[in-house]
Amino acid sequence: MGLLSRKVTCNSHGQDSSYFLGWLEYEKNPYDEVKNPRGIIQMGLAENQLSFDLLESWLDKNPDVAGFKRDGQSIFKELALFQDYHGFPAFKKALLDFMAEIRGNKVTFDPNRIVLTAGATSANETLMFCLAEQGDAFLLPTPYYPGFDRDLRWRTGVEIVPIKCTSSNRFKITASALEDAYQRAQRKNLRVKGVLVTNPSNPLGTTMTREELDLLVNFITDKEIHLISDEIYSGTVFSSPAFVSIMEVFKDQNLEKTEIWERVHIVYSLSKDLGLPGFRVGAIYSNDPIVVAAATKMSSFGLVSSQTQYLLSAMLSDKKFTKEYIAKNHKRLRKRRSMLVAGLEKAGIDCLESNAGLFCWVDMRHLLSSDTFEAEMELWKRIVYDVKLNISPGSSCHCTEPGWFRVCFANMSEDTLKLAMQRLKSFVGSITGNDRSHQELKNSRRKFSSKWVFRLSFQSFHDREQDER
Amino acid sequence: MAIEIEKPSVGLSKVAVSDTHGEDSPYFAGWKAYDENPYNESSNPSGVIQMGLAENQVSFDLLEKYLEEHSEASSWGKGAPGFRENALFQDYHGLKSFRQAMANFMGQIRGGRAKFDPDRIVLTAGATAANELLTFILADPGDALLVPTPYYPGFDRDLRWRTGVKIVPIHCDSSNNFQVTPEAMETAYQCAESMNLKVRGILITNPSNPLGATIQRSVLEQILDFAVNKNIHLVSDEIYSGSTFSSSEFISIAEILENRSYRDSERVHIVYSLSKDLGLPGFRVGTIYSYNDKVVCTARRMSSFTLISSQTQHLLACMLSNKEFSENYIKTNRERLTKRYDMIIKGLKNAGIECLKGNAGLFCWMNLSPLLEEPTRESELELWKTILNEVRLNISPGSSCHCSGPGWFRVCFANISEQTLEIALERIHKFMEQRRRN
Repeated sequence: MGLLSRKVTCNSHGQDSSYFLGWLEYEKNPYDEVKNPRGIIQMGLAENQLSFDLLESWLDKNPDVAGFKRDGQSIFKELALFQDYHGFPAFKKALLDFMAEIRGNKVTFDPNRIVLTAGATSANETLMFCLAEQGDAFLLPTPYYPGFDRDLRWRTGVEIVPIKCTSSNRFKITASALEDAYQRAQRKNLRVKGVLVTNPSNPLGTTMTREELDLLVNFITDKEIHLISDEIYSGTVFSSPAFVSIMEVFKDQNLEKTEIWERVHIVYSLSKDLGLPGFRVGAIYSNDPIVVAAATKMSSFGLVSSQTQYLLSAMLSDKKFTKEYIAKNHKRLRKRRSMLVAGLEKAGIDCLESNAGLFCWVDMRHLLSSDTFEAEMELWKRIVYDVKLNISPGSSCHCTEPGWFRVCFANMSEDTLKLAMQRLKSFVGSITGNDRSHQELKNSRRKFSSKWVFRLSFQSFHDREQDER
Repeated sequence: MAIEIEKPSVGLSKVAVSDTHGEDSPYFAGWKAYDENPYNESSNPSGVIQMGLAENQVSFDLLEKYLEEHSEASSWGKGAPGFRENALFQDYHGLKSFRQAMANFMGQIRGGRAKFDPDRIVLTAGATAANELLTFILADPGDALLVPTPYYPGFDRDLRWRTGVKIVPIHCDSSNNFQVTPEAMETAYQCAESMNLKVRGILITNPSNPLGATIQRSVLEQILDFAVNKNIHLVSDEIYSGSTFSSSEFISIAEILENRSYRDSERVHIVYSLSKDLGLPGFRVGTIYSYNDKVVCTARRMSSFTLISSQTQHLLACMLSNKEFSENYIKTNRERLTKRYDMIIKGLKNAGIECLKGNAGLFCWMNLSPLLEEPTRESELELWKTILNEVRLNISPGSSCHCSGPGWFRVCFANISEQTLEIALERIHKFMEQRRRN
């Protein structure tokens, strides 16, 4: 039999890790309020399910749009034939207006610089193809979204070198961490092509400070490399500090007409802000016309369905709707986050102070039997199997310190969240409340290790495709 | 003076600055001429008529009728129940109901002579994505795929650009109606070897673009045997399978495999799409059907980069599971395409132009070699420019399809109205008359 390519046999798709167990277990025993109240509650999925009613009500008021009608006339044929990789003009305009609105209209976007792609997954990979190749590397601050291991590396051959961030300063990027990452890449004989940051951060749920953004600008200027700012969560910033886009920083510093500007590229998507991951709507915004040209052609491999472009162009052009949506969505996310934080507090658990995203970065270091990743895995397994909550261990996000977990709060009902918190409280009570000695904890750990054979892998991803970012 | 070495733009990849996307060829230049001066029956009756676009516009009324009668397919109903579940659905396995509907539709197209397992269907945003994805899976950078000429110009980009894989042509010519022969395949294989390229597979388009003809059973058997002998893959792009003029003439590789009890099937992969048969290129619906489990699994994971909008999957799941609709569509579409084909062949014949005998597709393969000044590519391009600028028809020169014999052109007939086709045929007639007089 003809062999398959190296891409098939390598595991840069990252789906063989032990992390995948959590998903498997959830699928085998998913929580259902009525049918399976003792099942596993899914808290590892960064989905925004809080504002569907707003979308549904808009659809109800605008039934023609989904029915391929514009001003009472059918445009089905026009849409069915529309496969221009430059994108549906009305949609690009509406999307850019929405992106500007999210940024408080402090910046404006040029429709000639946007490229539509089937999701941010496609956008990130496409940017890699445009900016780098085998033997090159991008620097990413840790912890980062596990999907990047696949999206940036698998088919492109590009490497990721981590910029190590720690809890000592709330995981902020520092100049020394940047320089250290750069040097490490050099020692591995990798040519650094750029830095990729997610702002707001997944999994931290925080927006980048101006200081961090300035640091980045200085760094990419100094090293003459690219900066990709994945702003997929930009619409989920629900409390202060306000979101500062890299665009704003360049505008404020009057760097817009410079050469450095051309090395800044933004990725966006409607999967998180609008809760529409199924519709595959992503975008690349680049200030380099050559990148725009190349990415546009590459988007042929992942265009957005014209049916979807049209629906969303109508929805996002409705400024009354977008204003209301953004405001209400923020409010609901803020409330949910507070609920989660309060629930965690009752269980004696802290989390990183956050102002964005669909998750919290939770500190369970005090629950570890030892300051090791093995202990983190053990704790994670207990939480999945005993507490029956599927949360994401920090190691899967390449966090340098064990004991941190990402816990999602926007993909379930309020009642389910409350139940999850109760379960967690009981669990914590049971392991800390009963004067358990360190030895006892060690013993219980040995029991678990022999029962579950696993390999600690940093290639974390799971078989349920999504980009459960 | 020292020669300046041109550096690629600050820190861009070789892929970004290369021209392997192939968009500088005449195939695309003709489009520009059309865009600048497009024919319109009332507002621009002397404009360029687009006959270089393989789109199927003959059966939209059938789709529109379905949509009118089944609004739940497009609008999630009153209060939009099912909307949120659909909006959240990003599983790379694809909507089960849609895969099921696709599998059934593919079987129907083949007159029930082949059956498809929905679990072997991997969904991608168009056949463009499917072909590239398969290439990533079946070959490494620097390897080669053998492709019979003439072939769809887009393959130069789809199979090669980001994958780094090379295409080695299997030369076919008019002496035997451009059919693939074992000798031609062997020659191509040897040619690849002599260039130190590892051949990983052969990719055929059946029915063929640009020939507009199905591949004969015996030839398919030979192609499969060749793949088995060389231990390489066989990709069969069957994107035009629903656009055959008679159901029985199209033989899918699936049927050949079924007849062999699926022996050697693990090297066979089929690509399909709804862009041509259903005329929905904007919706981005493609599929890979593989008989190889590992390919299915890997392709599925890779499809994360190119998923089909769940909104669109939902619409098409409804439409294609409606047996009444799909059966009627396949039959009616076929009849209309046949009618168009007959019309253009007759019209060309009256103008003194012969075409390859076709039985499928949205175009015919026209022979203008008698008109060439010299039997060269340059002459062909001169003639093409003349037709574009004087006759004002955008047609595709054979050289853009890598045809080894000059003078052949692909002419599309399903993307324009019957009236426009009449006008085009009149213009050709006049052009040919003028040439005869000169």
